[in-house]
Amino acid sequence: MSDEVNLFAQQEANRRRSRWLVIGFILFFAWLGFGGDVIWWLSTSNNAPESYHHVFPWLGVLLTGLGAIMAKYSYATGPKNILKSTGAREIVDAQTPQERQLVNVVEEMSVASGITKPHVWIVDDPDPNAFATGHDESDSNIAVTQGLLAALSRDELQAVVGHEMGHIKNLDVKLMTLLAALVGAVTLIADGVGRMMFYGGGRGGRSRSNDSDSKSGSNPLVILLFVVWIISWILAPLITRLLAMGVSRKREYLADAMSAQFTRNPIALASALTKIESASAPTTSIKGGAAHLCIADPLGRALNGSEGKMAELFGTHPPMATRIARLKQMGYEQSAHAIPGSEAAPISVPSTARVRAT
Amino acid sequence: MIGIVLLVAIVAFGFWFVGVYNSLISLRNQVFNAWKQIDVQLKRRHDLIPNLVETVKGAMNFEKGTLESVIAARNQAIAATSGTTSLPTAGQVQATAAAEGQLSSSLSKLFAVVEAYPDLKATSNVAQLQEELTSTENKIAFARQLYNDQATVYNTRQQQFPGSIVAGFAKATPAELWEITDASEREVVKVDLSLTDKK
Repeated sequence: MSDEVNLFAQQEANRRRSRWLVIGFILFFAWLGFGGDVIWWLSTSNNAPESYHHVFPWLGVLLTGLGAIMAKYSYATGPKNILKSTGAREIVDAQTPQERQLVNVVEEMSVASGITKPHVWIVDDPDPNAFATGHDESDSNIAVTQGLLAALSRDELQAVVGHEMGHIKNLDVKLMTLLAALVGAVTLIADGVGRMMFYGGGRGGRSRSNDSDSKSGSNPLVILLFVVWIISWILAPLITRLLAMGVSRKREYLADAMSAQFTRNPIALASALTKIESASAPTTSIKGGAAHLCIADPLGRALNGSEGKMAELFGTHPPMATRIARLKQMGYEQSAHAIPGSEAAPISVPSTARVRAT
Repeated sequence: MIGIVLLVAIVAFGFWFVGVYNSLISLRNQVFNAWKQIDVQLKRRHDLIPNLVETVKGAMNFEKGTLESVIAARNQAIAATSGTTSLPTAGQVQATAAAEGQLSSSLSKLFAVVEAYPDLKATSNVAQLQEELTSTENKIAFARQLYNDQATVYNTRQQQFPGSIVAGFAKATPAELWEITDASEREVVKVDLSLTDKK
């Protein structure tokens, strides 16, 4: 922990951790598909030459194909659907001072992050929240709720927009859509097979057990692998979900650190999060689909608030208290470095006083 | 056998060399792009200033000195930002930084004066202009921040061994960071509250 206080170090640490989680996810996914093929191949390799030999990895190819199709579909339609479901309206020509300020802040953050200015949307919801969606850096959307505009100061709004910009810059939209689709594919198959076993009753089950009986003579290791594989499939919907949530939480920390990099003002994000946290109502207009791209979990705020083990495992977002603590740590780290004369150092705030809105 | 090992080593070196070379070139272009971003934002600021001056002129007849210094600083800043077609030289960065610093400080003085005129501040026009200028100031600061970040990454890549060997071939030279050259810019702007009394 102590070596992660600096914001660039925090970014690096979160990137590394989420990379390992993604690798773990892919390995588990491969085990579910291609692992089954290997077991099948092992169990049929000693069969008589004229009987079936499992050579082509049908299971793995089918599962991967299904996941790819689902990912492609939800990726293509995702952003549009999400924006539609929240009832967001795009600000094309800013009218009120509030809207103008929002557009300005988004422009500022796109300058700071060096990516094309996203489309700006407003969701008419009194609860403060914000989310990002889109396909890549040049075609992205940032939506904030009316409640957020009302509750936050200019600096805080900037920090929240910076967080969303971090999601865009890190390609989190792509990553999380992919993971969600893979979780969906696994759940679909696990559900389908489970139902088939249930309704199909004894017959399907018996023929399967007959199969494994015939194998048991050949190799106990294959039986063991098969049992582990079946258990993996039973637990798969849960495990893939947990892994995806783990990735999501690491990306939240990363987006927080990106916001701190863009604004060089982590304390503003900390105070924005405090304000968002204190608003108790759930953001009803943002559905679950976009939860992992919001600044705060629109549904399970109570879950995120508690620091229990369950919240740690199932939340799309890390506990607010931990996020705020890390941001404060970054803020302290910076103020410790921002000694007069060190302005030239690229990490410190550009010292021409930023004119604050009054 | 030794021949094969040698061949593999040479091919590996070739790949590494091309990789580092290309990454240096793309970093240089990113630095250049970041520099151009500063230019874009500076130009926006230069364009906004005449509006601001027009708006506040009538109400602030006796603050002529402040307004004139803003206009003078703006003209100087425009002269300093001459279009560059390659990476800026140290002199260019410093000249631009100095002129813009001057403009920033004269602008903050103007804002400090505007604060002293509640009626003027209340007009939506001024409030709107102030938000625009605030935003532009922020964008300039962020563009400089991005430029300094990119330039630092570029410079680090050039200087670290063994990439430094390739830097010579890629004709990579350290990019100048945007530093604060004007001492007055380091200071916090003093708001003279006695102004209200003179009124």
